[in-house]
Amino acid sequence: MPRIPAPPLPKALQPKPKKPGESNGVATSPAPIEAGVTVVDWLDERTSLSPGLRWLLWRKVPRGINWAYTLGSATLFAFLSQAVTGVFLAMYYRPDASGGAYESVRNINDNVFLGQFVHAMHKWGASVMIILIFLHMGRVFFYGAYKYPRELTWVIGVVLLILTLAMGFTGYLLPFDQRAYWASVVGININAGGPFIGPFLSNFLLGGADFGATTLSRFYAIHMLLIPGAMAALIGAHLYLVTKLGISAPPWLKTEPHDGGDHELEQAEV
Amino acid sequence: MPDPRRETKSKYTLDRDMPGAFEGETVTRRRLMNLAANGAGAVAAMAFTLPALGFAIAPIFKRQQWTWQPVGHPSDFTDTDYVTKVITITAGIGEAGNTIAYVRKRDPKIDTEPGDQYNQFVALSDRCMHLGCPVRYVQAAQRFICPCHGGVYDFRGMVAGGPPVRPLDRFYTRLNKTTGLVELGPRFSVNDELQRFAPRFPGEPIDGIGQYLYPAQFDTASPPPH
Repeated sequence: MPRIPAPPLPKALQPKPKKPGESNGVATSPAPIEAGVTVVDWLDERTSLSPGLRWLLWRKVPRGINWAYTLGSATLFAFLSQAVTGVFLAMYYRPDASGGAYESVRNINDNVFLGQFVHAMHKWGASVMIILIFLHMGRVFFYGAYKYPRELTWVIGVVLLILTLAMGFTGYLLPFDQRAYWASVVGININAGGPFIGPFLSNFLLGGADFGATTLSRFYAIHMLLIPGAMAALIGAHLYLVTKLGISAPPWLKTEPHDGGDHELEQAEV
Repeated sequence: MPDPRRETKSKYTLDRDMPGAFEGETVTRRRLMNLAANGAGAVAAMAFTLPALGFAIAPIFKRQQWTWQPVGHPSDFTDTDYVTKVITITAGIGEAGNTIAYVRKRDPKIDTEPGDQYNQFVALSDRCMHLGCPVRYVQAAQRFICPCHGGVYDFRGMVAGGPPVRPLDRFYTRLNKTTGLVELGPRFSVNDELQRFAPRFPGEPIDGIGQYLYPAQFDTASPPPH
């Protein structure tokens, strides 16, 4: 197994040579930096996490990468933003179809400190995430980055896209205003248009034959527990594959004659 | 000829000189322990997965109650115009559980489907049969018009234009002899000949092969015996 290169230490962190005349060998109070090192060492001795972190964070990336390569990270941050704002919205939201849901969202918007802001972050962030996913997908497609050996990364990415759209669908009902209600009714009926299993799928979503008392809580549970859990797991798998297989070079990069050295790879932090 | 260095092992533990082996034993203790531990794990996982799954999909199989809701006196309804009535299809969730029925008296001159005790009053659901938006009745045009995608239905609820795939759903109606009130029962779907079918979702045609492509749901109330 090849040795993983140690990260280059910034200048500020490199140990300075001792000045002439400085006391030698006498223990002084440990500098704060040493305390940090001690803590990290303590953790690392028990978990051996640092090789994994180095493997994940200090990777070699091909020459010629550009800003389009950051769209995946951007999507990840959009997901994290949705997760954080969603968790805190859940503290005020009430999935009560007999008016409580609408009232709780109105309360978030009108009364809760920064409520409208956090709600808007979640609402607009959802659209941003969808847009970023499609841009990321377009980058991967047009750069040919889905090809061998990265097909599975692509497949997991497509599943993540579908799950994200399902998040949008289930989240749309939650404000429970007229638009939310009728958009969901139309969406559920579009589901029912699939032959044979369509009606059963719609029944599952509705929790019965018609829009009922449990439909809203069903959408809420799917929106904040079922799909996010699956997405978090799949994002982990996606990132593992990205790290394991490395980032593909841009398609316009010419292959250079191989002379034994690996000078095609530059050390870079991504 | 088998490789002399790899002797094929006997399936009997006794032949393999295992400590404690007895006559006729073929499953080693290690293997038995493996099976038992993995089997117990599988049983334990099923013990919470299956009930949770059933819990989640149970509504698909639940049958609804057959209920009647009074909507007015027979004299409230004419055979030339619809009266808008709000009825409850899901109790306990307020406005979200209500729906609108357009009710009129049956007119044998235009209602050519055979009459029985359940259609002396014609009650149409306001769900558009395209994607389920609420249609509005316009008396001047004698048409039902859907605001979403332009579905249009004639006075009898038959499709007059636009994307809907079948006539408007209907409700069973009856005249309650004891109270003298008109009552609405469950919703049912109709095909282009106005034959009754168990309720289907909007967007599901039930003419010809459609009734098999979109099977009736387990959770729909069954029609009353005739």
